Amino acid sequence: MTAELLVDARAIRKEFGGLVACNDIDFTVERGAIVSLIGPNGAGKTTFFNMLTGAYTPTSGEIVFDGRDIVGLPQHKITALGIGRTFQNIRLFGAMTALENVLVGMHSRLRSGLFRSLARTPLQRREEKDGRAQARELLAYCGLSPRAEQQYARHLAYGDQRRVEVARALATNPKLLLLDEPTAGMNPKETIAFVDFVRKAREERGLTVLLIEHDMRVVVEVSERVTVLDYGEKIAEGTPDEVTADERVRSAYLGTKPVS
Amino acid sequence: MRSRLRLPSVPPATRTRLERALLAVCFCTLALYPWLYSNYLSTTLTQWLPDTSTAFVILAFTVMGLGLNFVVGYAGLLDLGYVAFFAAGAYVAGWLASEQFANAGSVVFGGTVLPKTPGIHLSPWLVLLAAALFSALLGVVIGVPTLRLRGDYLAIVTLGFGEIIPQFVRNGDNLGGFNLTNGAFGMNGIDGLGFGNTVHHAIHTLPSNFLNELDSRWYYWTALALVVVTIVTSLLLRDSRLGRAWIAIREDEDAAAAMGVPLMRTKTLSYAIGAFFGGAAGAMITLQAGATSPDAFSLQVSIFVLCMVILGGIGNVWGVTLGGILLAYVNYKGLFAAGNTFNSTFGTNVDISQYAYLIYGVAIVLFMLVRPEGLIPSARRRAELVEEPEEENVGAEASPA
Repeated sequence: MTAELLVDARAIRKEFGGLVACNDIDFTVERGAIVSLIGPNGAGKTTFFNMLTGAYTPTSGEIVFDGRDIVGLPQHKITALGIGRTFQNIRLFGAMTALENVLVGMHSRLRSGLFRSLARTPLQRREEKDGRAQARELLAYCGLSPRAEQQYARHLAYGDQRRVEVARALATNPKLLLLDEPTAGMNPKETIAFVDFVRKAREERGLTVLLIEHDMRVVVEVSERVTVLDYGEKIAEGTPDEVTADERVRSAYLGTKPVS
Repeated sequence: MRSRLRLPSVPPATRTRLERALLAVCFCTLALYPWLYSNYLSTTLTQWLPDTSTAFVILAFTVMGLGLNFVVGYAGLLDLGYVAFFAAGAYVAGWLASEQFANAGSVVFGGTVLPKTPGIHLSPWLVLLAAALFSALLGVVIGVPTLRLRGDYLAIVTLGFGEIIPQFVRNGDNLGGFNLTNGAFGMNGIDGLGFGNTVHHAIHTLPSNFLNELDSRWYYWTALALVVVTIVTSLLLRDSRLGRAWIAIREDEDAAAAMGVPLMRTKTLSYAIGAFFGGAAGAMITLQAGATSPDAFSLQVSIFVLCMVILGGIGNVWGVTLGGILLAYVNYKGLFAAGNTFNSTFGTNVDISQYAYLIYGVAIVLFMLVRPEGLIPSARRRAELVEEPEEENVGAEASPA
């Protein structure tokens, strides 16, 4: 425990009625790390993400992000503190262009409100212009061709939609980037390219990355630490090698003969 | 690849020359309409065209359509109680420009009446502004508790507020002994719009009180000016951080929140801005009619204004403007003109206004079948209605590696 903790979640619990989706999970992420969260379907991974971003409020427990307790804060405040995310099923603003999608991601960094927009003050004009330039840069950084910038998001090819979603998440200027199954639907070549991209983005933008991933090759390849959830419980934690060797993980994923 | 070519392209940021010219011609025609109407049009044509006071009402309702477009079109919040803001504007006009509060003595500040007239008589321009601001405030008060709801639930609650406000007005003649609204009788003797005596004495071409003029051309121009202000506000806000946030909320509320858009503040702001223009229109109509009463605030007004937005093209300023003018025209002139023509042609004596709602109902159904996206849909809306051509690719790429 030499490096500083960016995320320090203690005894996080989420109940939906009688269902315990997350059962007193302790979870930490070191600053600058790439950490994976894995587990079978319904293990509570996305629920955990939603608590980190403030979409759900934990039933109990505390989440300290960057030295601040974020439980109970509204979502937009948490985003402004530096947590950006993508969604499991792409959730772009379909009737907005790729560029506009990224500009929405910049919402909490831009300042112009009602009156500045109505008066079109020099400040507002400059902000819009700079924002657009930055959004273009981000889209290019994520590998979207300039031709696609002005396309409506719903008309983009699937791969491009994924790129725009990552660009939009990066536009919030996150310290922690949450990627919810980012390689779903990618072919092996695209997956390798994406793994390289995540590493590169981490270095160049000083990110900490937490990803939910099903593709074990990606998990082993990219992550420094892995946490395994099953039925809302944390069943293993460690380096990818440790985790894949763990008996409980193997049984959670592959099933096992009943132990007598 | 073929399908890719058919995608609608995003509209250019600047308008083409043709569009600019078309806009200029439309605006000039509208600005000169009172003059055209009285001097240059044949009687057969004027039979079908509204006189200036009807044209004023048509434009005032268009302002309401444009105001509701902020809420329904931009932010995607279905508001079925927009009439509440119309009512708020109307009553602020009543309070600040009539003898309602005659007990308070005489406060004539730039009003269009003679000095020493009992009651409060502020400058009508101030009254318009006050009505709009009061409405916007009411929008915030109604919005803060209700805008947490989504979709149909929000529609039902706004419907409720649209009914509560007229009921409050109806029963507001004895609030602990204080007569605020004059109850079911409503308010009468409300001042007209005008520049007031001081301005009139300085510049004689600006009339002191529009009510004293031969026709309603000054009212008409006021309404036209308000339409222009509303359109410009719509366009400026659409292409701004706030406008993007509204559309993002309309598209996907959860994703918008995760991207840092404060949902409540942004939604309430759209509601308040919509209310602002609804209140202004309500006050303006009241300052022309000279009276207002709770009976004027029925659900039908809310639906009528909502129809303007839907018919014109949700979210498109020009579409809503056209839809507003067209629908209000049919309601206040076109239907009567058609009825008169029908009767004189066939020698019948049918009161067509009795069948107004039947006709509207059939028209709405036909319209939804033939052109569900509205007269001039926004490019975004068109994008939504075009099939997603990359669907096949999705399947191909999503197959397990």
